[in-house]
Amino acid sequence: MIAVTNISKRYGAVQALSDVRFSVDRGELFGLIGPDGAGKTSLLRILATLLLPDAGEATIDGLNTVADYRAVRRRIGYMPGRFSLYRDLTVEENLRFFASIFGTTVRENEAFIRPIFAPLEPFRRRRAGALSGGMKQKLALSCALIHRPDALLLDEPTTGVDALSRKEFWEMLHELKQHGIAILVSTPYMDEASRCDRVALIRRGQTGQIDTPQQVVAQFPHRLFAVRTDNAYRLACDLPSWPTLHAAYPFGACFHVIDRRPHIDISAELTAFLHQRGHSAVECLPATPTMEDCFMEWMKRDESE
Amino acid sequence: MHTIYLLIQKEFRQVFRNRSLLPLIFVVPLVQLLILPLAATFETKGIRLQVLDADHSPQSRALTRHFAASPFFHLVDAPPDARAADDAMMRGLADATLTIPPHFEADLLRSDAAKIHLSFDAVNSTTAGLANTYSLAIINDFNRTATATASATAPRFWYNPQLDYPTYMVPAILVLLVTIIGLFLSSVNMVREKETGTIEQINVTPIRKYQFIIGKFVPFWIFALVDATLGLLLARYVYGVPIVGSLALIYLLLIVFLLAVLGVGLFFSAISSTQQQAMFMAWFFMMIFILLSGIFTPTESMPEWAQRFNLINPFAHGIRAIRMIMLKGAAFADVRQEFYALLIYGSLALTLAINRYKKMNS
Repeated sequence: MIAVTNISKRYGAVQALSDVRFSVDRGELFGLIGPDGAGKTSLLRILATLLLPDAGEATIDGLNTVADYRAVRRRIGYMPGRFSLYRDLTVEENLRFFASIFGTTVRENEAFIRPIFAPLEPFRRRRAGALSGGMKQKLALSCALIHRPDALLLDEPTTGVDALSRKEFWEMLHELKQHGIAILVSTPYMDEASRCDRVALIRRGQTGQIDTPQQVVAQFPHRLFAVRTDNAYRLACDLPSWPTLHAAYPFGACFHVIDRRPHIDISAELTAFLHQRGHSAVECLPATPTMEDCFMEWMKRDESE
Repeated sequence: MHTIYLLIQKEFRQVFRNRSLLPLIFVVPLVQLLILPLAATFETKGIRLQVLDADHSPQSRALTRHFAASPFFHLVDAPPDARAADDAMMRGLADATLTIPPHFEADLLRSDAAKIHLSFDAVNSTTAGLANTYSLAIINDFNRTATATASATAPRFWYNPQLDYPTYMVPAILVLLVTIIGLFLSSVNMVREKETGTIEQINVTPIRKYQFIIGKFVPFWIFALVDATLGLLLARYVYGVPIVGSLALIYLLLIVFLLAVLGVGLFFSAISSTQQQAMFMAWFFMMIFILLSGIFTPTESMPEWAQRFNLINPFAHGIRAIRMIMLKGAAFADVRQEFYALLIYGSLALTLAINRYKKMNS
């Protein structure tokens, strides 16, 4: 449905995207996961026919985003990272406006957008600018869907939205999949990866492993340990002097530590080491790798190369 | 067509909901038309004149009375001597001095020719020049009454017989007013959609570039024409400016004039990325072109390069055409040149605006 083939894009000296390729199927929820400045927005803008790639091509439903841009625009729903509806028009006026522009009506598609639009029903006459963040996001999604697109491009839809609204949003996306829409979502939050069918990690314009989130995590090549002591600051200072250290980085309330020697349980050894350094209440337990660990590992491998 | 209608409807809704913009659109032009023609006047009244009369004859007193009777002059205390007169001018107590030498009456009666001396405070050269003109008219008038032989020229001013200032200025200010409204609304509007990001959402829709630009264009066209109507009503009923020519022709010229102004505004909007940039461009464009257009000073007195420059100045064409229609009752044939110039100008500016607005960026 969405096919990206060897896309490259450069802004002056900055290589925003290099040789990116992946595809998203009908009814698939595909996550583009990476930090700010990774190239996510540029990629989505190329797919949305707003930006010309320097090299490579992207197709939606077999239509080229550059040559057939007009046909592509009728088939995509795009939600920019920033709220881009008319703040001085009401909820209803925005919805009607975008429906009419695409030559359809709100009534024709009411049932289709109902699951998303329902919570907005009481605010039909409120100006879009006066809605809460979560409501704005639902309205933006409704407007992007009003013409029943085949592909949905969402640029960081959950950034700046509270935890509950984020959860609801992902649930809505899963419902939309049922209609056979190909959904491409970008997000800087690693923990949202598990909600996607497949993910691509992206950094400095390059994609890493592309797989299901379960597979990505399963292929983590190391044993991982979560370490915690009474003094986090001193822990951060002392960990680098661990002789066989591969990587150590803060993760939530503790530190994730990876040893250079594979398949060895270092908990006892490390606990002793830390006690020796004057730490108390040392806790060192094996941990399950997450998407963030995979990302850190990918970054580390990338830098050493 | 339906798309354009939707865009226009959207634009109207936005303007009518903007509580600071709406009053500006309708109140500013009214204030402008009520204040400017009265303030921006060249008429100089109450020039303080001191008379140093060394003759003290009936004729010298008659001349003094002629000056005193004029609304343009106001007699101040007569100085005792020439030194005191100079001193009063120096200290700004008098704007002009009329010196009547001794034997004035005798010379006048004997040889029909007598000399008087007039000096003006020329720090403001315009005032001094006008005072001089007024004085000559008064002296001319005096000559006709004092002597039988002197034949004075009596000029007649066509199309504005009273040399009434509002009659001359109001049509130009009318043009200025629709320009301000049209240019600033259009130059700021599209770039605002860039700033708020709404253009991103518009750009992924099937809206065509020309539809978007026309959707911006038409509402401002209408607002500016409503303002022009208000202006014409004020001109007619407040200033009593005669509208000699046909109203339809005035509107026709205003429509093509606005085509040019809005085209330029939308072009500025298309090439800038912030409202500030667009505003600066619009302001700069307006200052230069308005001052060169002949709104305050006649273009005929400008250097040749400036006159040639006015060929590409929409304001020069607009102001000349509107003045000609309003005051002289010019027919279409008389303003044909201005009409076509504005039409070409507007079409070019609008085409440029459509071309410079990019839905897809490289």
